[in-house]
Amino acid sequence: MRKHAVVATLLIAGMAVGARTAAQTTAQAPAPTAAAQAAPAVPPGNAVNGRKLFVSFGCYQCHGYEAQGSSATGPRLGPRPIPFANFLRYVRRPTNQMPPFTAKVMSDAELADVYAFLRSLPVPADVASIPLLK
Amino acid sequence: MDALSYADLSAEGVAEGRGKDTTMAKQGSVDRRNFLKSAAVTGAALVGGATPAGAQTPASPQAAGGPATAPVAPREADPVADLEVITTDRPGGDFMVDALKALNFEYIAANPGSSFRGIHESIINYGGNTAPEFITCCHEESSVAMAHGYAKVEGKPMAVLVHGTVGLQHAAMAIYNAYCDRTPVYLLAGNSLDATMRRPGVEWAHSVQDAAAMVRDYIKWDDLPFSLPHFAESAVRAYKIAMTPPMMPVLVVLDGGLQEDPITPEVQARLRVPKLTLTSPPQGDSGAVAETARLLVNAQNPVIVADRAARTPAGMARLIELAETLQAPVIDQGGRMNFPTRHPLNQSGSGRQLIANADVILGLELTDFWGTVDAFRDSLVRSSRSIVKPGTKLVSITSGDLYTKGNYQDFQRYPEVDIAMAADAEATLPALIEACKRAITADRRRLFDERGKKLAEANLAALERARAEAAYAWDASPISTARMSAELWAQIKNEDWAYVSESGNPSGWPMRLWDFSKHYQWIGDSGGAGVGYGAPAAVGAALANKKHGRLSVTIQGDGDFMYAPGVWWTAAHHRIPLLALMHNNRAYHQEVMHLQRMSARHTRGITRAHIGTTIEDPNIDFAKIAQGMGVHAQGPITNPADLGPAIKRAIEAVKRGEPSLIDVVTQPR
Repeated sequence: MRKHAVVATLLIAGMAVGARTAAQTTAQAPAPTAAAQAAPAVPPGNAVNGRKLFVSFGCYQCHGYEAQGSSATGPRLGPRPIPFANFLRYVRRPTNQMPPFTAKVMSDAELADVYAFLRSLPVPADVASIPLLK
Repeated sequence: MDALSYADLSAEGVAEGRGKDTTMAKQGSVDRRNFLKSAAVTGAALVGGATPAGAQTPASPQAAGGPATAPVAPREADPVADLEVITTDRPGGDFMVDALKALNFEYIAANPGSSFRGIHESIINYGGNTAPEFITCCHEESSVAMAHGYAKVEGKPMAVLVHGTVGLQHAAMAIYNAYCDRTPVYLLAGNSLDATMRRPGVEWAHSVQDAAAMVRDYIKWDDLPFSLPHFAESAVRAYKIAMTPPMMPVLVVLDGGLQEDPITPEVQARLRVPKLTLTSPPQGDSGAVAETARLLVNAQNPVIVADRAARTPAGMARLIELAETLQAPVIDQGGRMNFPTRHPLNQSGSGRQLIANADVILGLELTDFWGTVDAFRDSLVRSSRSIVKPGTKLVSITSGDLYTKGNYQDFQRYPEVDIAMAADAEATLPALIEACKRAITADRRRLFDERGKKLAEANLAALERARAEAAYAWDASPISTARMSAELWAQIKNEDWAYVSESGNPSGWPMRLWDFSKHYQWIGDSGGAGVGYGAPAAVGAALANKKHGRLSVTIQGDGDFMYAPGVWWTAAHHRIPLLALMHNNRAYHQEVMHLQRMSARHTRGITRAHIGTTIEDPNIDFAKIAQGMGVHAQGPITNPADLGPAIKRAIEAVKRGEPSLIDVVTQPR
């Protein structure tokens, strides 16, 4: 509904993030770092551990436990996440309201697990098959 | 000491000769000592007269009661207390009730307090406990927030009684919310001014020189009437000021003696309640209106942004007419129910892109025009940038420009607009519409029609996008806020419903999925973002909706619930029908995110943001709490498949006239 003043600092620009698609967000990201360029296109990762990390590292706070996103806080991240290099780059140096998660607090391997979790998420049912959404 | 009345103390004062002290007396004033003398006269006259039905029956001092420790026999120095001296059937509080009735108050909400026991008794006995009816509250914050919610439904204030000290302190946050939300609340505070007449002990702790001082920064006007005629003028003046845009809370302090002491014959002769004539809301300057119309009609991409624009249903109709005249998109920021969600010109979901592409932006009662046209980044180095194109014309119409205070900073960053009308937007819209119609040419009409078709397509596309997004995490547990909103909508869409409050943050799903088309279906939020508004505002709004037969629904945050949960008892006690779905994310979730931001920024402890911000271990059983206060309640519900049947059961209870709460364990947002 209406923006809540308490959350204004997060929401004002946060809504801008939420309003964009993942691809649009990626398009605004800075140029890839050397580490990001060297990263494999789709690294191996443990989706089960990734789900745990998604919660313990607080990703769920803005994006939801199922990475479904929120118009108020952060965009949907799965089940078809943006390319891993872009994902890694944005998490390290976000350009919008998202706080930065540096390698000091979250390793590349842990991010790979989170990425595996995002890829493992189920594609939702067709809206037409959900009576409440018709 | 509570059992002692002013009459007890007055009699004692006469005995000790203090009644001869007339140095403070003024003609027609309510000086306590003059009351003592005149009370005897009035009382004597009453002895042989008819006693009004329900009025107190004169009784002997012993029968009249007093503290258990009071001496049975009078002291030698005490006078023999005549019946006429120690009772009255016409205390000042009765006239105060006359004034409240003249102002047509339906309700008066209060947690009971001895500083206003006089008017309390007058309300329930002399006034018959109707118009106003006494609404029993468990916390003054609830009383005020109920009045806040009520006013936005009814378009007029509810009265609230508080202690001038501790009650007003409890009420302060809710008063601030109403002030920020430009909502009228009619506050009456009890106080005991005459220090020599105060009961020892608590009454001193509950008395204050200047009761209004504590809240004067965030109310519009206050007064401390010195007599009943003075009260009458102040009561009417306060109402008028509260209802003049920008609307805000007002406060009248009621001296205890003024409430409790008899109305003397000379004062009685002067008593009348002045006529109330509400101020016509100020319209924008005609030149500024004409220039704004010229800009809007000639713009390629005009955008209308509305926040607290539609004070009444007429405001909503006028905004629709303006938008349709121009075929211009409307971004509803939701401070009031400004614009139907499924109107083809409602483009609230595309607000930022439209703002960035606009060449004229009309802001109607915006809380934050600067924040509407600028982006702000909360990073280690805070930064901002304009998001509008160079040369974009900004026009503001707001009554907020007519009344701004300095201490509390709710006025936001300074907006650099091109036209600023210090005026009420709703009142200005008719002139603006007519000016636009006069300026529209056939060529412009054709362009408008083309623009309107594109916007209609965009509105439909936004609804389809919202439905597609809602499908994600549809079967998740905790339950998604999209699923919760869709389940609720399915059960209420064929009812005469009103979404009376929203606490927590369900990601805007109701506005995205539901068909809001009537003014009363949304009343905006707290204004000051003081948590604890949601539940009492919903109860107050539901109280207003009750006589209209509307089904009031709210999404109730868990953190908000815990501030003053006693308001649910008030809802049960007064049979206020209200359906509440808990948005129970078991956290002060906004603060979880703030802590996460700090931890990430400081590169440490990002797994510890839950400390001090979550409401777990133990999880709160909200249904049990509500049931304990007589509220029909279910939950906690964690399986989304259980939600629809639970809502059906709840609506059955609400239709019986009860409040009903469903504890839904939800996703964070």
